[in-house]
Amino acid sequence: MNALRQFFAELLGLFVEDGSLALAILAVVAGGVVLAAAAAPPLLVGLLLLGGCLAVLTENVMRSRRNAAQPPRP
Amino acid sequence: MSLIGAEMSNWATVAPAITSAFLASLVEVVEAFTIVLAVASVRGARPAVGGTLAGLAVLALIILVFGPAVDRIPLFLLQIGVGVLLLLFGMRWLRKAVLRAAGIIALHDEEAAYRAETAQLQEETRRQQTRADWFAGLTAFKAVVVEGLEVVFIVIAVGAGRGLLVPASLGALAACVLVLGCGALLHRPLARVPENALKFGVGVMLSGFGVFWTGEGLGVPWPGEDLAVPVLVAIFLALGLGLVAVLRSRAVELVR
Repeated sequence: MNALRQFFAELLGLFVEDGSLALAILAVVAGGVVLAAAAAPPLLVGLLLLGGCLAVLTENVMRSRRNAAQPPRP
Repeated sequence: MSLIGAEMSNWATVAPAITSAFLASLVEVVEAFTIVLAVASVRGARPAVGGTLAGLAVLALIILVFGPAVDRIPLFLLQIGVGVLLLLFGMRWLRKAVLRAAGIIALHDEEAAYRAETAQLQEETRRQQTRADWFAGLTAFKAVVVEGLEVVFIVIAVGAGRGLLVPASLGALAACVLVLGCGALLHRPLARVPENALKFGVGVMLSGFGVFWTGEGLGVPWPGEDLAVPVLVAIFLALGLGLVAVLRSRAVELVR
C-alpha cells in the first residue's frame, strides 16, 4: 500500500513539484480562457499567456533563491 | 504561403518535436537505466529484466488503451489540455535547471543516485530475505513505468495535434537505443550525460510548445503560424539564461 502511494505521489510529481508554480501557471491559463471568452483580441490572449508564463517563472526562481539564502529556522 | 515557406513552417514544428522527444527521453531513460542497473547488481539479472519487461508491458497497455482516445478529443480541447500539461511539465524542468545551473540546488548526480539505490536495495534485501527478489523487481518495474510515462507523455504532447506522433516516437526510440547501447557496453551508470543542460534545453522547448498549443487552443493566430514555435522557444531560452546569469552574479556579490 505504501509502495502504491509512493508510486502515485511520483506520478503527480511529474507535473507538480512546486505547488505555487503549478497554481500560478493554471492562473495564467485561466486568465487566457477568460480573455478569449470575453472576445478580447486573440493576440492579446497570446501575449498574456507568454508574458504571464515568463513572469511566473521569474518570480518563482527569484523567490526560490531568496528562500535558499535565508538561514534555517532554529 | 509559398512552398518554401510551408516547408520551413513544417520543419519549424517537426525539428523541435523530434529534438525535444529525443532529449527528454534521453534524460528519462538514463534515470530508469541507473535504477535497473542497481537492481541487477544487487539481486542479479532476473528481477531487473522481469521488472523492466513488466513495466514495458504496462506502458504498452496504457498506450493501446489511451492512444486511440486522443483522436476522439476535439482538437481545441486537446491543444489546451496538452498545452497546459506541457507548461506544467516544461516550466518545472526549466525552473529546476535554472536553480541547478545557478548553484542554488545541487546537480543531479547519476553515480550518487546509483549508490543510494544500491544501498537501499541491499538494506531491503537484508531485512526481507524471502521477498528480496520481489522487491527488487518492483523497484525496476516502478522506475520503468514512472520514467516511461514521462517519455510517453512527452511524445504525445509534442506529437499530438499536428500529426507528429511518428517523428516524436522515433526521437524517443533513438534515445532508448542510444542509452541501452551505451549501457550495455559500459555496464555502469551513464554519469557523463550532461543532465542539467539537457533538462534546461527540454524545459525551454516544452515551455515554448506549451504556450504555442495553449494559445492555438484558445484561437490565438500566432504571427508566422508554426514559425512562432522557435521564436517562443528562443524567448524562454533567453529568459532562462538571463535568470542563471542574474542568480550567479548575486551569488558572487553575496560571497564578496
